[in-house]
Amino acid sequence: MLGEGIIKGLAETARNFVGSYVDKERLVTVQYPEERLPAKEAARNFPFLVFDGHDPHAGLRCVACQICEKECPPQCIYIEKSMDKKPDYVGKPQFYPKIFDIDISVCMSCQICVEVCPFEAIKMDTEFELSHTDRFAGLLFDKHQLAKSNEYYQKIHPNEAAEVDGHLAAEKAKAEVKAKADADAKARIAAAKTTTPPAAKPTPAPTS
Amino acid sequence: MTAATDIAESKYEILPKTSPGGEIEGDLLEVAMGPQHPSTHGVFRMDVALDGERVVKLKPVFGYLHRNHEKIAENATYLGSMPYTDRLDYFCSLTNNWAYALAVEKLGGLQAPERAEYIRVITAELTRLQNHTCLIGFLLQDMGASGTPLMYAFREREKILDLFESLTGARMMCNYMRFGGCRCDLPPGWLEQAKQVVDNYPRFLDEFDRFLSGNEILLARTQGVGVLPRELAINAGITGPMLRASGVNYDIRKVDKYGIYDRFQFRVPLGEHGDTYDRYMIRLLEMRESLNILQIALRDIPSGPIMDAKAKIRGFRPKPGEAYGRIEAPKGELGFYLISDGGPNPYRYRVRPPSLINLTVLEDMCLGHIVADVVVILGSVDIVLGEVDR
Repeated sequence: MLGEGIIKGLAETARNFVGSYVDKERLVTVQYPEERLPAKEAARNFPFLVFDGHDPHAGLRCVACQICEKECPPQCIYIEKSMDKKPDYVGKPQFYPKIFDIDISVCMSCQICVEVCPFEAIKMDTEFELSHTDRFAGLLFDKHQLAKSNEYYQKIHPNEAAEVDGHLAAEKAKAEVKAKADADAKARIAAAKTTTPPAAKPTPAPTS
Repeated sequence: MTAATDIAESKYEILPKTSPGGEIEGDLLEVAMGPQHPSTHGVFRMDVALDGERVVKLKPVFGYLHRNHEKIAENATYLGSMPYTDRLDYFCSLTNNWAYALAVEKLGGLQAPERAEYIRVITAELTRLQNHTCLIGFLLQDMGASGTPLMYAFREREKILDLFESLTGARMMCNYMRFGGCRCDLPPGWLEQAKQVVDNYPRFLDEFDRFLSGNEILLARTQGVGVLPRELAINAGITGPMLRASGVNYDIRKVDKYGIYDRFQFRVPLGEHGDTYDRYMIRLLEMRESLNILQIALRDIPSGPIMDAKAKIRGFRPKPGEAYGRIEAPKGELGFYLISDGGPNPYRYRVRPPSLINLTVLEDMCLGHIVADVVVILGSVDIVLGEVDR
């Protein structure tokens, strides 16, 4: 019959229209600015720098090794190494980035910087409402804009962050054990020194 | 002499044409469809010469979206090119990843573990599902069924994109596969969610089938339109659903058995006439076969590692040599040809894009049809300009 297809099609449209009031399956859209879908754990869009504790400078995990700068396919990262050093999370003195810029108008959210970072310092953010009226300076993020706390990281990627924290804690514990063993060894040597030449040096300083 | 032979003779020349009476001379009308034309699926131009409304000559012009993909890849590390492959055919980033990973794995002698191979098959078949779903939506949109079929297709596609997002972190630019495996393991609950999507998909396909396959407008617009003869399809190097719609039994999943495709039982749907309707139908049938593969793969997926132990993320330098990795992408044979000189970046990097090569027969399919059919025929070729121009 001529026009049968049209009637069938209109009936389906009506079914979906009415159904969207009753059935959750048929109402697939959300009213975005008011309603939001929950963010997915794996979601990513632009990188940020993780810092531990409360001070973005002291706790920053980045040691300015510049691996991410080299590996970044669109070359959107710019790093300048500091002249001095600061202690990292295990207490070892490390460089830190004097300048760390990411041009998010160039970044293509590929996550390769995260994969190559040996220090768990750079991670992917899920923040996407970043529109700006200045398309040059407004989209060039510096170190202060990029630094976000470990708590924030745990909030947006809970499973991944837990894994990273466990890994870092294990490393720290290992470093502490090693430091303690070193200290013990030093103490033993110092003690041996003090015992073998009894009268020569009364108070030898345990130098290394 | 019929009109058809007239047109065939004037195939390569645009000449003033005399009217049947011989006294009035009329010119052919040259129309540039595109690059900003809604039916050309991106920045693609067709210079069409028209006699009335009949096409007597058609010249595809591409290159508007050229962005130097191959040269960029020759200056980037092997890993650094992986996110760029997402942007070739941006509907099917996961199959692009797979083709590139396959080529590099051949070059570097890596082997993806069992679980990674299953994940690759699952993601590739999901990609095929969503690509074909979209294609049918776009094809109907091109025919003038504005909105509704496309929106229904996008509604279903969104469920698959949700799966991609929870697995890879991005809906379209997945950047998921790595040389010797996959980037991350499946998140908890992903398999159940995927099973649910796969189980519900036939319902949607049945609905599409019921409304569209027998629809008189669709039949009138597609049957006998844009016939691609079998011989021409083979000679022009056409691959994928377009070739199979012309009745050639050639599916790289069956021919090469790359990955673990030799473990799955599936049929290769074949067309008979090679017209637009066959190309539409092939896609519908292929989706059903993909669903069968997915059912088995989701059931059989083993646990275990997802990366080859030999694979390393930084400083990957394969031995000097060359490799060609190809897969059956949703649009046809997608191949990556790489030459390594032992350095950290490929000496030569070449993509064999199915969209571009399938476009080369566009003129042969369109000659003698009216302008409105050109739009439908182009829609049935299934092109993505990101891949055509690279």
